[in-house]
Amino acid sequence: MATSSVSKGCFVFKPSSKKRKKNSDVDYFIEGSDDGEMARIRVNICQRLWDMTKSETEMLQDELNKKILDSLLEFIKKCASSFQSQMNDWASLMRASEIPTAALVLGVNVPDHDMTFQSLSVLLQQSVTPFVVSVQAKECTALKHLMQKVLERLIGVDVAVDDDDEDGGQRSAPVHQKRVHCSLSSLCDWYSSVTKKYETSPGKKRTSMAKDMISKPPIVIIFKDLEAFNPRVLQDFIVICSRYIQKLPLMFIFGIATSPSTIQHMLPHSVSSLLCIELFQSLSCTQHLATVVDKLVLNTEFPFKLSGKVLQVLVSIFLYHDFSVRNFIKGLQLALVEHFHSQPLSVLCCPKKEALDHAQKLSHQEVERIRQLPSFMRYVENQEPQKQVELLTNDGCVKEVCKILMKALRKYHKNYYPILRCLHTLTSSLPKYPLGKQIREIHISCLEKNVWETEEYDSAMQLLKLMAKDELVALLQKCVVILSSSKSKKMKAALGQLQNYLAKFDQLDTLSAEEVMQEAVSPEKDLQKKTDLFQLQKTLLERKETRRTKKMTPFEVLRNQILEFVDSLVRAHLVPPESQPLNEVCYYGSSGVLRRHLNATPRTSIQTALSHPYYYLQHEGLKTDSGTFSNAAPDICIVHKLHLECGRLINLFDWLEAYSTVVSAAEGKDPDSSDYGKVDELKHARFIQAVSELEFLGFVKSTKMKTDHVARLTWGGC
Amino acid sequence: MPALVEQPGYAHERLCALTERVPCRETQASTLLALLGEPGHYSYPSIFIYGHRASGKSHVTESILQELELPHAIVSCVECVSAGLLFEQTLVAFFGPEAPSLLPRSSSLSDFVRIYKQLCAQTPACQTRYIVLDRAERLRDMEANLLPGLLRLQELVDDNVTVILLTEIVWDKFRPNTGCLEPLLLHFPDYSKAELQEILVRDYHPAYSPDLYGSFVSILLGVFYSVCRDLRELKHLAALNFSKFCEPLEREEVKESETHKLWRNIEPHLKKAMQTVYLREVSSVQWEQQQQQMEDREAGTLKGLSAYAHVELPYYSKFLLIAAYLASFNPARTDRRFFLKHHGKIKKTNFLKKHEKTSNHLLGPKPFPLDRLLAIFYSVVDSRVAPTASIFSQISSLVTLQLLTQVGHDDQLDAPKYKCAVALDFIQAVSRTVSFDIVKYLYDFL
Repeated sequence: MATSSVSKGCFVFKPSSKKRKKNSDVDYFIEGSDDGEMARIRVNICQRLWDMTKSETEMLQDELNKKILDSLLEFIKKCASSFQSQMNDWASLMRASEIPTAALVLGVNVPDHDMTFQSLSVLLQQSVTPFVVSVQAKECTALKHLMQKVLERLIGVDVAVDDDDEDGGQRSAPVHQKRVHCSLSSLCDWYSSVTKKYETSPGKKRTSMAKDMISKPPIVIIFKDLEAFNPRVLQDFIVICSRYIQKLPLMFIFGIATSPSTIQHMLPHSVSSLLCIELFQSLSCTQHLATVVDKLVLNTEFPFKLSGKVLQVLVSIFLYHDFSVRNFIKGLQLALVEHFHSQPLSVLCCPKKEALDHAQKLSHQEVERIRQLPSFMRYVENQEPQKQVELLTNDGCVKEVCKILMKALRKYHKNYYPILRCLHTLTSSLPKYPLGKQIREIHISCLEKNVWETEEYDSAMQLLKLMAKDELVALLQKCVVILSSSKSKKMKAALGQLQNYLAKFDQLDTLSAEEVMQEAVSPEKDLQKKTDLFQLQKTLLERKETRRTKKMTPFEVLRNQILEFVDSLVRAHLVPPESQPLNEVCYYGSSGVLRRHLNATPRTSIQTALSHPYYYLQHEGLKTDSGTFSNAAPDICIVHKLHLECGRLINLFDWLEAYSTVVSAAEGKDPDSSDYGKVDELKHARFIQAVSELEFLGFVKSTKMKTDHVARLTWGGC
Repeated sequence: MPALVEQPGYAHERLCALTERVPCRETQASTLLALLGEPGHYSYPSIFIYGHRASGKSHVTESILQELELPHAIVSCVECVSAGLLFEQTLVAFFGPEAPSLLPRSSSLSDFVRIYKQLCAQTPACQTRYIVLDRAERLRDMEANLLPGLLRLQELVDDNVTVILLTEIVWDKFRPNTGCLEPLLLHFPDYSKAELQEILVRDYHPAYSPDLYGSFVSILLGVFYSVCRDLRELKHLAALNFSKFCEPLEREEVKESETHKLWRNIEPHLKKAMQTVYLREVSSVQWEQQQQQMEDREAGTLKGLSAYAHVELPYYSKFLLIAAYLASFNPARTDRRFFLKHHGKIKKTNFLKKHEKTSNHLLGPKPFPLDRLLAIFYSVVDSRVAPTASIFSQISSLVTLQLLTQVGHDDQLDAPKYKCAVALDFIQAVSRTVSFDIVKYLYDFL
């Protein structure tokens, strides 16, 4: 592009906005598939499902934060009213005036806090005070900046708000003032003028604010990430604020990621004695995740499902890497989008009525796709030969079967989740948690294999067989609650049976008294008779046998019956979804894609780019069999390949020679000609550039151990 | 009762009122007043007052200036993020609110002197003007010429002006290398126990007799005097605990004269206060609430802030932290011994250089490069971990959480160095949660 400049230099050209016409999501979807109409439907479904998820998570977030935010609000209101009342009794006159401070412990994932602070400040603005400022550490490296940010946001924001009712004449004044002094005393002046305005202004303005707003609302300053603040800046700021606390009702909220003792690490006693710190602890993020999984993943209403592996990837990213619920939900979103993008049959992955509708409208191509689904093929194989033929030739028949199968899949889910929850309630309190503490662990193992074939399941059942009566009854009662919320027929039947068993337990109480009486009579056969050794042994053995078998009390019998019943329910309903025909429609299973996107491995990517240039460049000329290497590859790839053959120190000249030979071959020169493999200037320059690129990537470095050598920084050859 | 503060040139009633305002600081007040001289006289250009926190420096100075109605400007140097603010506040105090508009943006000392002279010519001083700089130690961090300039401001502006510096540290720590005008030094000693008692009793509770309050204060001082002589804090503590002291009186179990019983009642309570509310482990509001609740039921102890030391971390972050701790406290030469399978036997004594024989925990954490951290991390973590981007981002989030600190400048992208900033207790707690026996890997505990 041309510039009007006469000097040499670097110029930035921003692409003109017209050219950058962004492809909409729909176009992106359509590009990847061959049927535009269906793709559009898929985008719609995907969008709808995501909106559903989003609103659900937001609700969940609000619900979870409610408790802590409410108590925080309570605290702030209390402090505000104590500012208000200006107590004149002896104790409050004597007391040093401390700045009320809420220490809000939110867990180690700092980016996740944003949402909480967002809702907190909205809440505060609605109900307590319009003056809420939040500051972040990275924008306050010095006291000056912190002060400036606080003033700017308080005064500036308020100016913007006042624009609506007031004429422009007054506007410039505060802005000008702000520029002149950046100190709390100017904030003081501003505050007194603003509060006076609130007091004197007629009712109109006050009603527009909340009604319960007090005439001198406090100024709340939120420090979003306390740990990252420079302690000195914070100390100075607190000292300054405490000088003005009589005139300005200031209040702090510290967002703490680690533990409250950080406050003591950061602030010396002389400063912390200026604060009146109260602690608020939020829900731990693992609990938060558990609720999110419970609401989003284990939800019958939500047609899109994650396979075990995908869920595993998402959960392990959470537990091992970031503790971020937000990232978990983003991962879920990615899976959702990927599923609808890559699986054309996902058009059926929607609420029941629509799905049946779409099944009717399937095109021939899509019917073919259904026929190719592994689960459908398995289903076909199990049919009678005549039916098989029909399924393979008649599109209409496939559509009908498809509808039936979709219904079956829905039923399967309706039964699956209640039973899963029951199994979880039964096993989650067992010692050592054989099936996991959290419901997601059972869920994952159920998704992957037949859970009843695992050792863990066996040991859980063994432990359940040892359970005392009252414990077991309590657990079963919980199961009854779970099952009663389900509407499916089978679950209702199961519920009935379970209640029967529970009734039997009740009867047992009355029965058992008599049983015990009977039992007391039966034992103690005569052992007093003189016997020989052999006979003694025999009787003892017999006794042992009988003790093993006979000593079943009615309770034990009943317990075994119940557990068998539970086992039968598990076997019937917790089959892995892979066995269900058409599961591919709803289940997203490419965990590899997800992992690649969410948990990037920079080094592996570089390695791949260097050793398999085709992978990224997608150039036909570079396509090679495994093990071999195209000599037309980019210079850096050739140089990298050659350096793999060397030892720890690489002779630059040999390397250059080898490179030149490879490149000459690529140019198609005659191997017998005299200048074959000769190093000319161009090749030399290309080689040097490639080597310096390798150095930049950290594969080699210059060394002083030997002249004209570089040191390799990686191990292993080819 | 010490003598009245006396100084010719001031009305007697004013001086009486002043004496009333500065209990137990009469000597200091009269010395200071003597230094200041009569209102019209030229005073010494700069006075340096030092003494511990809450030993009455600002109070005495302010009382004198206010009570005797001398023209003065009181500026807190903490608040002055730039020298310009300091100048502004001084000019406002002396020449009215319009004065600072003459100052250019980001003004220097010479601007200030120029403007001061200009304004001073219009309204010359008939009394000595005083500039009081509270927390003067902050002046050292500002421009190098500011402190020496202020010390001889009288000379520079050619006006009857005196600068009073108030600080908690001694003059020796101020003296610039280039030399300057030495100010007059005035020391404010700490209040003695008797003086504290006297001052505290002045604010007795109106509903009770001064004698009763006096006995409460002496009990309070008996407990707290050894740890805290800060008048402000003591006043605060007295206010928080007095209601508890009066409880038996309210219930009419004890008479006011039975001081021993009152002492027995309050003493354990005050001891507890020393461990909690004094250290701000428990906020004063919570402390009061707790007292009210105690009347209902005896139980219910509040956990202090430091009781919540537990930090939840992602699994790999825990191992990264453990690896960082090992890298910080083990000499790099010993890594072979701890993390290689067939390291052979290396004896501690003859293996190490002399300086490495002292406990590394006494020396504090040492910096280590990123490579070493990752190498140790891969060998302590029990499963194979791919070197993903999130592992690296966890390192930087540990830095923002202040569990690691980055050594050197943070724009060094190539081979950054870190230090581990957590204590042994903390790391032991962390490694217990991942069942990793860290002590076995620490060279100091070999």
